[in-house]
Amino acid sequence: MEKMKEKKKVNEKLLEIKPSGIRRFFDLIIGREDVISLGVGEPDFPTPWRIREEMIYSLEKGITSYTSNYGLEELRVEIAKYYRKFGLDANPDNIVVTSGVSEGFDLSLRATVNPGDFVLIPEPSYVSYQPLAILCGGNVVTISIPPPSRLTYEEITTASRMIDPKILILNYPSNPTGVSYSKKELEEIADAVVEMDMIVISDEIYSELTYKFPHTSIAGLNGMEDRVVVLNGFSKSFAMTGLRIGYVIAPDEILDAVLKIHQYSMLCAPITSQIGAIEALRNGESELDEMRAEYMRRRNFFVRKLNEVLETHMPEGAFYAFPSIKDTGLSSEEFAERLLLEKNVAVVPGNAFGESGEGYIRCAYAVSMDKLREAADRISEFVNSLR
Amino acid sequence: MHEADKKVEVLKLLEDNARYSVDEIADITGLSREDVEKIISECENEKSILKYKTIIDWEKLGEEFVVALIDVRVNLTREKNYDDIARRIAKFPEVHAVRLVSGEYDFQIVVKGKSLKDVSFFVSEKVSTLPEVRDTNTHFVLKSYKEEGVLLFSDEEDRRLAIVP
Repeated sequence: MEKMKEKKKVNEKLLEIKPSGIRRFFDLIIGREDVISLGVGEPDFPTPWRIREEMIYSLEKGITSYTSNYGLEELRVEIAKYYRKFGLDANPDNIVVTSGVSEGFDLSLRATVNPGDFVLIPEPSYVSYQPLAILCGGNVVTISIPPPSRLTYEEITTASRMIDPKILILNYPSNPTGVSYSKKELEEIADAVVEMDMIVISDEIYSELTYKFPHTSIAGLNGMEDRVVVLNGFSKSFAMTGLRIGYVIAPDEILDAVLKIHQYSMLCAPITSQIGAIEALRNGESELDEMRAEYMRRRNFFVRKLNEVLETHMPEGAFYAFPSIKDTGLSSEEFAERLLLEKNVAVVPGNAFGESGEGYIRCAYAVSMDKLREAADRISEFVNSLR
Repeated sequence: MHEADKKVEVLKLLEDNARYSVDEIADITGLSREDVEKIISECENEKSILKYKTIIDWEKLGEEFVVALIDVRVNLTREKNYDDIARRIAKFPEVHAVRLVSGEYDFQIVVKGKSLKDVSFFVSEKVSTLPEVRDTNTHFVLKSYKEEGVLLFSDEEDRRLAIVP
């Protein structure tokens, strides 16, 4: 009998995806003591007490059921109201509550990308974007914009004329660079998007953490009505990372597609987290203001300190500094590894965020001022020892 | 930043941590070293900075203190108003705080002593005997959980992983 062809056990698309660049680095850290970690992309504040208390109370009352696939009506109404501050008048019916922006991002790609479609990603970019786009069968094309350079009309149109991309992925304020865009800059990007007939997936998870100018959602700009998927959530602004709660705001056609996948895969976001999110939007503003002010103080302090030894642009948002280490002659990975082994400070090598991140390291300043001071001193000692 | 905002920002930092150096405050706020020095010395001169203090968890060190909150009801006369009475009470070194409050009593005072006997003696001999004092109601503090906005217990350790992209 003819031997049957061997079946591949895993999705072949996965073979195209490299393991995360920081995996090896993560292994180095395990077991080390007294490491000051600037490698953590999450707030060091616990979830504000009023939010936790509201969730605890809901559990005491036995509120543990499924919700509608869309998410709680009350929450979607609050989100729609809240998003007006970013210039978007959203309809609660155009919102789906998700298990964090990570799920929202995956849904948005799966809802819009057909195999072979080009997906344009400005780089350095958050680590999940490229792999998830590849899993949908998308062809990823990156635009290199290491800081302080910024995405412009010309860059988008030039890249687009060659490949005619369907999707542009935006993330601002950016993880890892901290770059954000003013309304005027976004209008130029929007012009390019209309001209090239693209859909924007706009990850605005750091929208509350801006220090130079307030955040504007590209979805609220003229001409963007039917072509933007907004992703946002509660992890960074309200220190609710582990509660996995986010949302997608999208035009009808895309939202229907997003909802279809969400209802067959996740069904709905956890109700406890949804209840916490309602409290966050209704009463969490003062805690948010305090956290933002504290991040800004840390940014000012830390970036000035870093600039004494490494060229570092002043981030406009999020909580990451992205200093250049090119002068040291080390690669990002070498730098991060030696800094860890010699000075016990953990940072993320820039190339974890794509090739354009080579020559940089990402330092999260979501740690206490005392630790930042110590980390900055150790980084200085390390850099000086290389010279 | 407006002048007033600069001042508030510097004072907030010092209120949170009186040990910040002038250089650190300058780095954090983006102000020059000279501006920070000027703001601090102005505030010291105009007494908007009253004192630099440290909050200590004495219980942790095994030091024993007795703290009592005393409600005080007073009789006012033409010669003696609230301010006069409060000033008189406030001058005792045992008294840590004197507040005019609404409700059944007129003042709430915070007294700190070495022992129950100490505090009781102070209340009965010094406060209650003031001619304007009608009556007092003493509450001894059994345990303190939060002082000056600082939690005196910790249940919120950092559980984050060392690396999360």
